[in-house]
Amino acid sequence: MNKNKEQLLNKRYRAERRFRLYGQSAIFMALLFLTIFIFKIFSTGYTAFQKTWLIVPVNFDAEMMMIDQNPSKEDLQDADYYDIALKSMADLDQNANDDQKNQLKRMVSYFFEKEIKNEILNDPSLIGKTKEVYLTASDDLDQVFKGNYPRDLPEDQRRVSDYQLKIFDQLVAKGKVESKFNISFFTYADSREAELAGIASSFMGSIFSILVCLMIAFPVAVLAAIYLEEFAPKNRFTDFIEVNINNLAAVPSIVFGLLGLGVLLAIFHLPRSTPLVGGITLSLMTLPTIIIAARASLKAVPPSIREAALAMGASRMQTTMHHTVPLSMPGTLSGTIIGLAQALGETAPLILIGMVAFVNTIPGSPMDPAASLPVQIYIWAESAERGFVEKVSACIMVLLGFLIIMNLFAQIIRHKFEKKWS
Amino acid sequence: MNLILFTFIVLLGFTSYYFGRRKAYTIQSSKKRLTALPQFYGYYLAIWCAIPAFIIFSLWAIFEPTIVKLLVLSDYSNQGYLDDELNLIYEKTKSLSRGQFTGEITPFIEASAEKYLSLRSIAQSSKAVIVLSIIIASVAYAYKRISSNSRTREPVEKFLNAVLFTASLAAILTTLGIVFSLIFQTIDFFKVIPLFDFVFGTHWYPAKAFVRDSSEALDPTMYSDTFGAVPIFAGTFFIALIAMCVAIPIGLMSGIYLAEYASSKVRQYAKPLIEILAGIPTVVYGFFAALTVGPFLKELGTSMGLEVSAESALAAGGVMGIMIIPFISSLSDDVITSVPQSLRDGSYAMGATKSETIKRVIFPAALPGIVGSILLGVSRAIGETMIVVMASGLAANLTFNPLESTSTITAQIVVILIGDQAFGDPKTQAAFALGMSLFLVTLCLNIVALRVVKKYREKYE
Repeated sequence: MNKNKEQLLNKRYRAERRFRLYGQSAIFMALLFLTIFIFKIFSTGYTAFQKTWLIVPVNFDAEMMMIDQNPSKEDLQDADYYDIALKSMADLDQNANDDQKNQLKRMVSYFFEKEIKNEILNDPSLIGKTKEVYLTASDDLDQVFKGNYPRDLPEDQRRVSDYQLKIFDQLVAKGKVESKFNISFFTYADSREAELAGIASSFMGSIFSILVCLMIAFPVAVLAAIYLEEFAPKNRFTDFIEVNINNLAAVPSIVFGLLGLGVLLAIFHLPRSTPLVGGITLSLMTLPTIIIAARASLKAVPPSIREAALAMGASRMQTTMHHTVPLSMPGTLSGTIIGLAQALGETAPLILIGMVAFVNTIPGSPMDPAASLPVQIYIWAESAERGFVEKVSACIMVLLGFLIIMNLFAQIIRHKFEKKWS
Repeated sequence: MNLILFTFIVLLGFTSYYFGRRKAYTIQSSKKRLTALPQFYGYYLAIWCAIPAFIIFSLWAIFEPTIVKLLVLSDYSNQGYLDDELNLIYEKTKSLSRGQFTGEITPFIEASAEKYLSLRSIAQSSKAVIVLSIIIASVAYAYKRISSNSRTREPVEKFLNAVLFTASLAAILTTLGIVFSLIFQTIDFFKVIPLFDFVFGTHWYPAKAFVRDSSEALDPTMYSDTFGAVPIFAGTFFIALIAMCVAIPIGLMSGIYLAEYASSKVRQYAKPLIEILAGIPTVVYGFFAALTVGPFLKELGTSMGLEVSAESALAAGGVMGIMIIPFISSLSDDVITSVPQSLRDGSYAMGATKSETIKRVIFPAALPGIVGSILLGVSRAIGETMIVVMASGLAANLTFNPLESTSTITAQIVVILIGDQAFGDPKTQAAFALGMSLFLVTLCLNIVALRVVKKYREKYE
């Protein structure tokens, strides 16, 4: 009998420990996912911040550029750089046949002509001389140099030929291949060529969309929250508004995309693919988030503040505008920033309103077609080229960086400026 | 032009505020009692400046394009053009007047482009004149009213109240906008495709509907067996089910652990870390699922002799589950913490262990709240788009094998609507019909979930 009791007790204790272990392993699993996730993104993405350059001697032959010895600035602008660019690539292997020359040309990006041009525009005295110029390597060689490209595949399954690899290895041995910080990733717009693709256009697109979103959502949401919290009579209609807001906060984002498509584009004929439409769509999506945050922080202002103001003879509007609202601002602002961070990461609605169009110019206003950072991630992730994989991860790192900064900012506002009542 | 006018009106508004306030001070200095604080006199004047300007601007924006169009096209009115042709002519005229026209320029169009430009400039200048004169008149009227020291605070506050009320309608307007944008296309869709075929058909193949000459008349028989949504609905719920199989055990157990077992230090760090998972954009999860999890499962399956699609439902659903963990864990954490301490104390006093208390007392007490949080998680899983677009298949297979690829409502909407859409095409309308069903399903789930959670809160607070 006693033994039985002890056994039972032990069994119960074991069950207790087991249950506890389940809980711990659940937490562990969740954190493990997070770690794998971040590790994976960083390990595939960090190489994108480096760019491979081939250092190629270029002979700036005036005759081949079709200019005279003392050209003006305009002459240099209009000069023909294609031939010397081709020749300097072909000169890497003296006895290359035509096909091989073509392969040599494809070892660098199609910007090579422009890179050579910039060199001479910076220093016109180079005419007639030979100088080593940095040329952007093609994305396949870039990947080879970073070790992301399997060299042992059979040649017909590779985008890099054996011949190109041979020349490339010779250049590496001579120290004519260099890896430098990839500035163009931040300054170039999107491109079909991975080595020339940058996030500048999508970054500006995101900034414009978020600004439009902020300018619409913040005032409307704050005013709505003030009305609902401070002035609205308790009746069926305000209950209805409240239910509406809570439901809107849980409507899938893609439905807002359909709203943007069906109303903003089809009825109001706003320009497609623009951050303006994107921003308006996102603002409708963020509206409930901000309203809920603003209401919570208005509610947190103690009634004694309102009573004091009313007792001094202030009207209700004055009490609200001069006392309650300023005191609630820190909470409202941090809620707004968190809402904007959500909007910044949103993709699906923007795809529906056409912000996936290929844009290779940097937008200068919200009315120009643009992509946004998350959409850029989607576009690149759907591309087949190997060079885009690291670009996607790098773009994700930039996006996550922004989200972290915004969330930290929201935390700081909350902790620094929010008054503790108690 | 508009910008200059706008700046001018804003400046006028500020000046009238200043004048109104100064008037109040002069009234005060003549020993009369003011009816409100001086700035209300200013606000009063500024509002009288802003409202008429706003009204005229919006009326103009609504009617100007139509009137100009009517006037320009009146030249063509008795030449027997069809409406579509007239619209085309008008578009040509507009692009020519902007200097962006690339086609052949006929003298007709050139003439109407000139007419268009002259009408626009007349409209612009008359707008400026009308707006300014009306503003001046209304400000003068308001100035007269404040000179006689009539009430200003009440009208100003009434106006502000109206503004606040209008803002609070934004949420309702958004909901209405959603319903309107979905309902018309959906009704048009069901005019061509019978509701029965949509709800019970088992073949979804919208690409077939796209292979159609737009000049041909719609032939409904062509679409039979094209828009059967059963495979998509099944795929959606199947992927959501896989997601919940991942999210419920992990989310619920971590919620329980955080609420009942974790020391305050663990809680302080673990909770925000898990919530990071909720802050990661879904497109990032999609990339992760498509690039890492999909190929990994495929390799794993191949090594075990199974045939696994690289776009398996398991990859998409699993990653979606990870995304939903924090929603369930933090909601159930909240719910469990709000169970009154007395219930726990009672159970401990009877000699129950902690896990027995949780399983037999706290869990049943918190069940409604937990169910609510799970329903919210399901609604999120159904509405999730980017993960399925990137990681699951795009062809709608009717299958319940997690290793094969399926498609979901959201993925199909994106597939149909990416790129250019032709409104009025059954394929585009199908996307809206899918959107409508998505909206209705998530709406029901949300309403039920929010109600359950609210009831639960009221019970213990």
